[in-house]
Amino acid sequence: MDREAAPRGTFAFLDDGAKKDVRRALLKAVAIPGYQVPYGSREMPLARGWGTGGIQITLSLLKPDDIVKVIDQGCDGSVNAVNIKKFYERTAGVEITTDTALATVVQTRHRIPEEPLTDRQILVLQVPYPEALREVEPSEAQTRRMHAEADYARMWLHLYEDIVRFGEIRISYRYPCTVNGRHVMDPSPIPRWDVPKLHMADALFLFGAGRERRIYAIPPHTRVEPLEFEDHRFRVEDFSGKSCARCGATDTFLDEILMPDGSQTHYCSDSGHCDKRRAGWKPC
Amino acid sequence: MSYVAVQGGRDAIERACESYEHRRSGRTSAPLELDQIREQLHLAVDRVMGEGGLYAPEHASLAFRQAAGDTFEAAFLLRAHRATLPRIAQSEVCSTGPMRVIRRISSAFKEVPGGQILGPTSDYILRLLELDPLEDPVERRNHLRERLFSGKEPEGGIPDEFPRVVELLRREGLVQAVSTTSEEPFDITRRSMLYPAPRSARLQSMARAETGALLFLAYSSMRGYGDIHPTLAELRVGYVPLTVTNPVTGRTFVAGEVLVTEAEVVSRFSEPGGEPRFHLGCGMCFGHNELKAISMGVLDRCLRSTAPSCPAEDQEFVLYHADGIESMGFANHWKLPHYVDFLSDLDRLRKAREVAHARA
Repeated sequence: MDREAAPRGTFAFLDDGAKKDVRRALLKAVAIPGYQVPYGSREMPLARGWGTGGIQITLSLLKPDDIVKVIDQGCDGSVNAVNIKKFYERTAGVEITTDTALATVVQTRHRIPEEPLTDRQILVLQVPYPEALREVEPSEAQTRRMHAEADYARMWLHLYEDIVRFGEIRISYRYPCTVNGRHVMDPSPIPRWDVPKLHMADALFLFGAGRERRIYAIPPHTRVEPLEFEDHRFRVEDFSGKSCARCGATDTFLDEILMPDGSQTHYCSDSGHCDKRRAGWKPC
Repeated sequence: MSYVAVQGGRDAIERACESYEHRRSGRTSAPLELDQIREQLHLAVDRVMGEGGLYAPEHASLAFRQAAGDTFEAAFLLRAHRATLPRIAQSEVCSTGPMRVIRRISSAFKEVPGGQILGPTSDYILRLLELDPLEDPVERRNHLRERLFSGKEPEGGIPDEFPRVVELLRREGLVQAVSTTSEEPFDITRRSMLYPAPRSARLQSMARAETGALLFLAYSSMRGYGDIHPTLAELRVGYVPLTVTNPVTGRTFVAGEVLVTEAEVVSRFSEPGGEPRFHLGCGMCFGHNELKAISMGVLDRCLRSTAPSCPAEDQEFVLYHADGIESMGFANHWKLPHYVDFLSDLDRLRKAREVAHARA
């Protein structure tokens, strides 16, 4: 890692005014779980849609002694994760880790680590579409009204119609959840596998949508319930009969890898967790 | 089969960045000088400043070179740089009255007080590709300079201030009254826009929008998806002085001047029941960018439609989609891995197929 490259410019890139803006939005977001707080999203050196919302949150939280982990689709070595880490190293000089347990701040795109997070940790999620109701309503003015009135009938109808027509709910990732019994929230494109990890968790979850200029949060020990019917329960991805070809795990989210001969094999999506397990670590 | 398949690979990324840098810097040609870009590719530089939302010709030239001429990328570099700059002050509201005009035309009237000043424009140049390489550009430049600056001053000199064409119409009561408002402008760089958005937010958002996107939307309205038939009351290009008040002493001073393009567009309109009047649309952007100012003027009018009937009149549609940097970033992000989401999709599809087969 480029630790020797001294941080240049302001610590953690953003000026203090911008950080204050973000933190203020974060406080409001924590106070009203699942509510999307509009904020003045700044331009980052990474493109809109590449995690600028998550980056702004992380930059606003960072202290020089933080230890940061960045993952993309579960992997620490993915292109976007590598880029973002380089950015934090250069502008804040913070320590980077691939070990979930060591990190104070974990920034992620599309996955929540397998290892449970503690009350000393913050998970920052990058969000492409913050609006859970976008699927059923294209207008922002309308969806804001729907949230205000807790009018989620069209979302429920949407799920119901899927069941009638396809026998299954088609929403795969970004599964809508009710937070604290009030707001329906988009958990960002994490697989359904990760949704239960949000429920009554010890860690704080912060969601940043840079392009759409929204911040929202799930504070620790908050109810997060995926939308489901009594006779059609929420289900996570099915990996029964499959295991990781590296560490043998049967209890993790698996990536499907196509082999040159057309056959399939599976690897843990959470590469840090997989490495740890291979090194002899056993989950407690 | 190694595990490398699902890793990005730090080295591979480094090499990719270096390849880009190598391709940009060229093989045999001399490096591009920044002053060449600023002077000779000034329209691109202006575009980058407008879309990047930062008036900084040197930085824009640098960005344009670094982006290998890609205006999206260049504007993006400038905006990211802008995020690192603290906001020191806000200028006083500035009038374009005392503009140092380099071009000013009206297509509403043949004669306008102050006169039509054609200035630098490609409008009347035949678009014939010059296939002869320039033999002696220095000589040609000198010749041009001599011709342009050896002429006589216009009779009576150049006026300090040009009267506004729209003002003449207004005096006759033919256009809407000016909406004077003392409210603070809505700052889209510090707050998230809510809909319906105030006019200051709409204009600000369009001033930073991508030129092509605005043109596309304005064109759709002019061409038939909407009914704005605009007439350019006035189009001005020139330098406007910016006045700033010192927060401590309270004294005002001129901090400098910026090159802007301003368009005032009138459109046919008759208020149902009320007195028929022209409607007015305004556009203004950094640098010399006439298409953008005109498109913005048309859209400003479109967005004030009380009953939107087409995309160009829909605030959310126009303002959410016209920003080049945001749309470019999002379109590019599809190049990132999506295997977790896709796997989840596959899982749903397989499940649904299972159900379908079971039902069949």
